[in-house]
Amino acid sequence: MTAAAFDFHGAGLLADASGALYWPAKETLAVADLHLEKGSAFAANGTLLPPYDSRETLRRLQAVLRRHRPRRVICLGDSFHDTDAAGRLPAEDAATLCRLTKAHEWIWITGNHDPDAPADLGGIAAREFRADRLVFRHEAAAHAAGEVSGHFHPKASVPARGRAVGGRCFVTDGDRLILPAFGAYAGGLDVRDPAIEELLGSEYTVLILGRARVHAFRRSRMLRVEAPRLL
Amino acid sequence: MSLAEAAVRKTSADAQELLPDRFAGWFAGRGWRPHAHQLALVAAAQAGRHALVIAPTGGGKTLAGFLPSLIEISEAGAEGLHTLYISPLKALAVDVHRNLETPIAEMRLPVTAETRTGDTPQHKRQRQRERPPNILLTTPESLTLLLSYPDAAKLFRGLRCVVLDEIHALAGTKRGDQLALCLTRLQAIAPGCRRVGLSATVAWPDALRAWLATDANAGSVDLIAGGESVDAQVGMLATREQMPWSGHMAVHALPEVYEEIRRAGTTLVFVNTRAQAEIVFQELWHLNEDNLPIALHHGSLAREQRRKVEAAMAAGRLRAVVATSSLDLGIDWAAVDLVIQVGAPKGVSRLVQRVGRSGHRLDVPSRAILVPANRFEVLECRAAIDAVREGTLDGDPPQPGGFDVLAQHVMAMACAAPFHPDELYREVTRAAPYADLGRKDFDDVVAFVDHGGYALREYERWRRLERLPDGHYKAVSPAMVRRLRMNIGTIVEATTLKVKILRGPVLGEVEEYFALGLEEGDTFIFSGQMLRFVGIREMTVEAVRAGGDAPQVPAYVGGRLPLTTHLAERVRAILARPARWHELPDQVREWLDIQRWRSCLPEPDWLLVESFPRGRKHFMVAYCFEGRNAHQTLGMLLTRRMERAGLAPMGFVATDYVIAVWSMKPVGNVQALFDEDMLGDDLEAWMDESSMLKRTFRNVAVIAGLIERQYPGERKTGKQVTFNSDLIYDTLRRHEPQHILLRATRRDAARGLTDIERLAGMLKRAKDRILHRRLDRVSPLAVPVLLEIGKERVDGEAVDELLDEAAQELIAEATDRRP
Repeated sequence: MTAAAFDFHGAGLLADASGALYWPAKETLAVADLHLEKGSAFAANGTLLPPYDSRETLRRLQAVLRRHRPRRVICLGDSFHDTDAAGRLPAEDAATLCRLTKAHEWIWITGNHDPDAPADLGGIAAREFRADRLVFRHEAAAHAAGEVSGHFHPKASVPARGRAVGGRCFVTDGDRLILPAFGAYAGGLDVRDPAIEELLGSEYTVLILGRARVHAFRRSRMLRVEAPRLL
Repeated sequence: MSLAEAAVRKTSADAQELLPDRFAGWFAGRGWRPHAHQLALVAAAQAGRHALVIAPTGGGKTLAGFLPSLIEISEAGAEGLHTLYISPLKALAVDVHRNLETPIAEMRLPVTAETRTGDTPQHKRQRQRERPPNILLTTPESLTLLLSYPDAAKLFRGLRCVVLDEIHALAGTKRGDQLALCLTRLQAIAPGCRRVGLSATVAWPDALRAWLATDANAGSVDLIAGGESVDAQVGMLATREQMPWSGHMAVHALPEVYEEIRRAGTTLVFVNTRAQAEIVFQELWHLNEDNLPIALHHGSLAREQRRKVEAAMAAGRLRAVVATSSLDLGIDWAAVDLVIQVGAPKGVSRLVQRVGRSGHRLDVPSRAILVPANRFEVLECRAAIDAVREGTLDGDPPQPGGFDVLAQHVMAMACAAPFHPDELYREVTRAAPYADLGRKDFDDVVAFVDHGGYALREYERWRRLERLPDGHYKAVSPAMVRRLRMNIGTIVEATTLKVKILRGPVLGEVEEYFALGLEEGDTFIFSGQMLRFVGIREMTVEAVRAGGDAPQVPAYVGGRLPLTTHLAERVRAILARPARWHELPDQVREWLDIQRWRSCLPEPDWLLVESFPRGRKHFMVAYCFEGRNAHQTLGMLLTRRMERAGLAPMGFVATDYVIAVWSMKPVGNVQALFDEDMLGDDLEAWMDESSMLKRTFRNVAVIAGLIERQYPGERKTGKQVTFNSDLIYDTLRRHEPQHILLRATRRDAARGLTDIERLAGMLKRAKDRILHRRLDRVSPLAVPVLLEIGKERVDGEAVDELLDEAAQELIAEATDRRP
């Protein structure tokens, strides 16, 4: 896996192909929308999804942590799919998570799915986190500059050989940066959807996650809106 | 095996003995004599035997299916439901019902007959369950739904006969698996029920008999050959034009096709893909100086539009219909004089069925003309004509049934009444597709239905079944029952978007991948019109009508079938026997002659591989003749190997006949490159990653009930939560690779992918039998495939490569200095 380097509001950042953001100068890694225990949340309604999404999300998180070895980790909210999710974590996964929060300075930004931080998994909770000229929060706020957020699960496609190719993406207009969802069962919303596009300036860049690399495209190159499809 | 060789059970019984006076009189009154197969069926029914009638379309076999029931009911009377008729198409059920009402009315029989489909109003469906007609005509999906109700046992208790129409089109598909399972339940409810199957000619009649049997045993079903088959006159269009080197549209030949349409009364023009349908239709209209009524019919058009065309055809108001496989099945049109197949037929059985759509007035031979679109297709058409003349057919016999369909069936049975696993296992294994189902697999399916069946972490609190103290299972709640009924069926539609004229009508639907590839201002042909893409809004492609002749985006492909093994072998045989080339058009013969002089011809037992430089690249072309799907897999495996060997492969393109790969460095040891272990090495790794497996998993997950169906319109309102099944696939594959749904996915992939077997067979044959020709330039036989480069759609594996390519195009655009 490789990462793409770019400047954002005076900070040199890396968009990792896993969907994580790394800020080498601050040894800080950010991930958005882990949605832990999303699978079991659906089981109650008879949709018995494979109950391995938390395990898979944590596995990917451990892999990116090994790659960049950050000092600080910021989870940008909606880390847990619902308020009971932390309690449903299988013991093994909870233990993995505890090890990670203990080994790093761990910040749980609170989100709409998880308004409170987990009680006994380590880390500290905050509504936002600032460092230099950047501010990290869950959902983009009005008139922000240097803001890093999640919440929208952006994805994008570009035309290639008469079809659409794409996937999860980072999107930035220079003032804002929205991260892709990191969770194994977290789907996406096309960046051309008004919910995302209205937040951004008239021109913006997407960094699409390929299988092993990150690919940058300008807005003008992208495709029309795809209907919101996946949660 | 030809029909003549098949075990045909003939009846010598006289019509007078078998038919009651009322029926004999009716036949006589119409000036008809009952067909031998109609009488044979009456005799089989009287003997209490199951029967399979194999006859070409329009042989009167559908009426034959009902004849014994009509006699029985009118002689002995019937309380409630006596006969169930199942058709793969709603429209066919409706049409058969209409035809059935004629003898009922004319003989004043005390018989009631009704259809039941998704279109039947709710109050009527309710009434049908309480007071059923004597004969109910329905579809496999409606039958599954009926069997999921607690009153199913009461409804079907008196059932005497099931008539299954067009079963060649169902056996071996998931709909067929589901129907076979439903039949086992019907048999459990009404053990004396007789089965009658109606089928077009197939290569494997015994497998079909076993499929129809109540004990998966071919011997317990009588085979009745019906419809005195009339020889078909099949020819190839001898074009005056230059025969194209590549392409599939046969535009060169359409003026001559138009002439044929003008000369014939009514013509069916069959094509292989929706894109061909659009373009052929468009071109015919350009040529249509006489303003002949010519219509278009394919599966992406709006349903009302298709019904209109079918009605106009039935009423004899059309001179020609351009159609895809959307018209392969269904209503008989006696008035069709001529069938034209544009593009190579790809398979013999399908060609025979298509040809059979013409000349239904008995003793008039069917007339058909094949129109090859390029030089290779000439060979294929020649091979197909030989096969039709010699009566050899292709196609594979039905494979074992899917676990996903079984899961849906288990849930449906749990909704009807509590079931005991031991009894249900015995019941389902009476169906041929599940006759070899192991108990462990069955138990895993039940565990999946119950609680997801995950090995490492059990959903204890959330179950779909409740286990009763006596070991029976039942649906845990009314919500689960509703959920099953909402999701019944095995047809999983690809995500499609409607195509709509801006402030105008809806024209039909296209698959999502096509719609998302369009950019504002792009023109494309759809529904016989040139359209300009405006945008996508609310799951609808909005477009305006546009002028001009040449669309910027090639039309929507849809439904391409690979060449069958049988036809491929015949093509190879023609190539290997120059003595037979006098049967080929001059241009094609010259092409082969030059090939023989410049390189050599592929021989049946040898794999010919040519390599030559071109531009700054090195090309390798292998003449495998294993069909496009197998070649695509081969292309992917070859490039992986070449990558490792440091040959810097740059791309490949596959046709039905050959595969071409190009690289920076030339291939030295071809024999090693094609080594058999290629399949073991890379195949598994590739398969698991492939978009094909992900697509298969999505279908399995929906059918098995892991995720719910998407209904158009509900997606936007967010009423339904939809899942990206790729995410689930990736996670499940990593953490529980042996889960029943992944096993189901691999099984399905293997059954859809006889292509892998074809590939394995080819590599085995090629061992030490590769003829490698190094040439200084491209050979005549290699030209067609090189012309395909760049036109090919690439599948989803190469995400990074495609994204790089898209970025490169951007750079080229940005740095282009031309005005």
